[in-house]
Amino acid sequence: MTFWIVQTLNGISFGMLLFLLAAGMSLIFGLIRVLNLAHGSFYLVGAYLALTVLGYTRSFVLALVVAVAGVVLLGVVFERFIVRRIYGDELRQALLTFGFLFMLGDLSLWIWGGNPQTLPKPEAFSGSLRVSGIVFPTYRLFVIVVGAFIGGGLWWLQEKTKLGAMIRAGVDDGEMARGMGINTSLLFTIVFALGAALAAFGGVLGGVIVGVHPGIDLEVLLFAFVVIIIGGLGSLKGAFVGGLLVGLLDTFGKALFPELALFTVFAPMAVILAVRPTGLFGRA
Amino acid sequence: MRRALGVAIVVLLAAAPFYLSSYYVGLLTKALILGLFAMSLNLLMGYTGLGSFGHALYFGVGAYTAALLSLKVIANFWVDLLAALAAAVVVALGFGPLTLRARGSYFAMITLALAQVAWGVAFGWRSLTGGDDGLPGIARPVVMAGLTLGGETAFFYFVAVVFAAATVALAVVVESPFGKALAGIKESETRMEVLGYDVWAYQYAASVIAGFLAGLAGVLFVYYNGYVSPVYLSVVFSAQALLMVILGGAGTLLGPAIGAAIIVLLENLISIFTERWVLVLGTIYVVVTLFAPRGIQGLLRRRA
Repeated sequence: MTFWIVQTLNGISFGMLLFLLAAGMSLIFGLIRVLNLAHGSFYLVGAYLALTVLGYTRSFVLALVVAVAGVVLLGVVFERFIVRRIYGDELRQALLTFGFLFMLGDLSLWIWGGNPQTLPKPEAFSGSLRVSGIVFPTYRLFVIVVGAFIGGGLWWLQEKTKLGAMIRAGVDDGEMARGMGINTSLLFTIVFALGAALAAFGGVLGGVIVGVHPGIDLEVLLFAFVVIIIGGLGSLKGAFVGGLLVGLLDTFGKALFPELALFTVFAPMAVILAVRPTGLFGRA
Repeated sequence: MRRALGVAIVVLLAAAPFYLSSYYVGLLTKALILGLFAMSLNLLMGYTGLGSFGHALYFGVGAYTAALLSLKVIANFWVDLLAALAAAVVVALGFGPLTLRARGSYFAMITLALAQVAWGVAFGWRSLTGGDDGLPGIARPVVMAGLTLGGETAFFYFVAVVFAAATVALAVVVESPFGKALAGIKESETRMEVLGYDVWAYQYAASVIAGFLAGLAGVLFVYYNGYVSPVYLSVVFSAQALLMVILGGAGTLLGPAIGAAIIVLLENLISIFTERWVLVLGTIYVVVTLFAPRGIQGLLRRRA
């Protein structure tokens, strides 16, 4: 019983990280139609920036702020000056972002070295919780709570604010949205920045659990991919449910069938593709 | 003029083992194999308008099939080759219906994801595939009794002949009414649909041919390297083929092979001077996609 409870909690906390990553990527794809393969790099750079700040100050909050701000800046520059130049040519764009993934990955390797590193836990969440014989690290619970909060905040942003309405309009029909006078150019940058911020946030939170090392950019990118395909493109709800599903599938897959670890994640994705190509919550 | 240039290039290539060291003959062999891989992708991307981000799937399926058979079942080149090609075709037949529903970014995404399924199996199923370490120790093929392609020169000629045959076959396909229909589909699917073409069937057939040729390249690469690893199936490999196609010129017969030769040569040269090849490669992606969407052929033509 303990096994199931602990693994379920592990799966949910990993799922929250995946949600943070996939939500931004899914929105960017849904709105701008850019397959941003550099999204995993935002996670990588975010985690490394936080690591550097923590090396100097020990303040987890400051590390989080610097990492998110730095990656947002990176994302905005990337969108405004590079990706923007070839909007409309989807394959070239995807390839361009893939080049960026290589560049950021190798630059990070240059700056931060090749050893796998883990971010130290924030002081307040370094202990563990004990409930009727089950021991569980409080940090993972913290991640679950934060993920749920961000999920709620994003839902509020999308459903209840004007910005959210504009994003939804853009996802549904970009041309029509432009015709109605929505400044899609600015909207694109905002969504790109938001996606970068979420990925960096995931990088810092995840850097404590999963750690950070060269190549993790591609690893988390591919996980985000699976989440988006299962959940449905451009759908926040899809990213949330998909994230939890994939988090649980991966955690239990690794624990129960180590030989088939990745297969337990990819096989359901293939089934979804076959049965429901738009994903669980995506529209055509 | 063009014909003379073509003949000169063929002669220069055929005579390569006479003036190049065996190291560079090996490099040339690699360029031909990856060139064949890029050309197979080009049939989809350049001629049919389907930019796949998971073409390494067929390359890897061919490679793993040949490697596993030769190591664990029977080390007969022709049996392993035919089985590997059949495997690539079967996978292409199976995955076509899944991928061909989508277009553009979504097509790229689905092809990438499906290739990732195979990558996951190769990576995770350690007892069969050796996992991340791959499967080493695959001997160079014995093509017929007494003729082993052990040395770099013999293997180079073998690959060159296969490459030439595949190029001729591709040229025939592209120039045939079938190929013309593919070009029409690339321009406008709706128009071809209205003209009475079964667009889906044409795209399906093109993706199976492309999968077959990619599988062939994968088999050659296994024998070239003597081992197989999940890298053969990875998105890095798929993206590299896309880069080669764009760099050399999408929709031109031999352009992708030129793109492949440039990348192989650059990797070799730059790695001598710096450890930062990946950074340079990333920069090449960015520069090519931003400034040379029609590749070097496009650049040269604009000059002229």
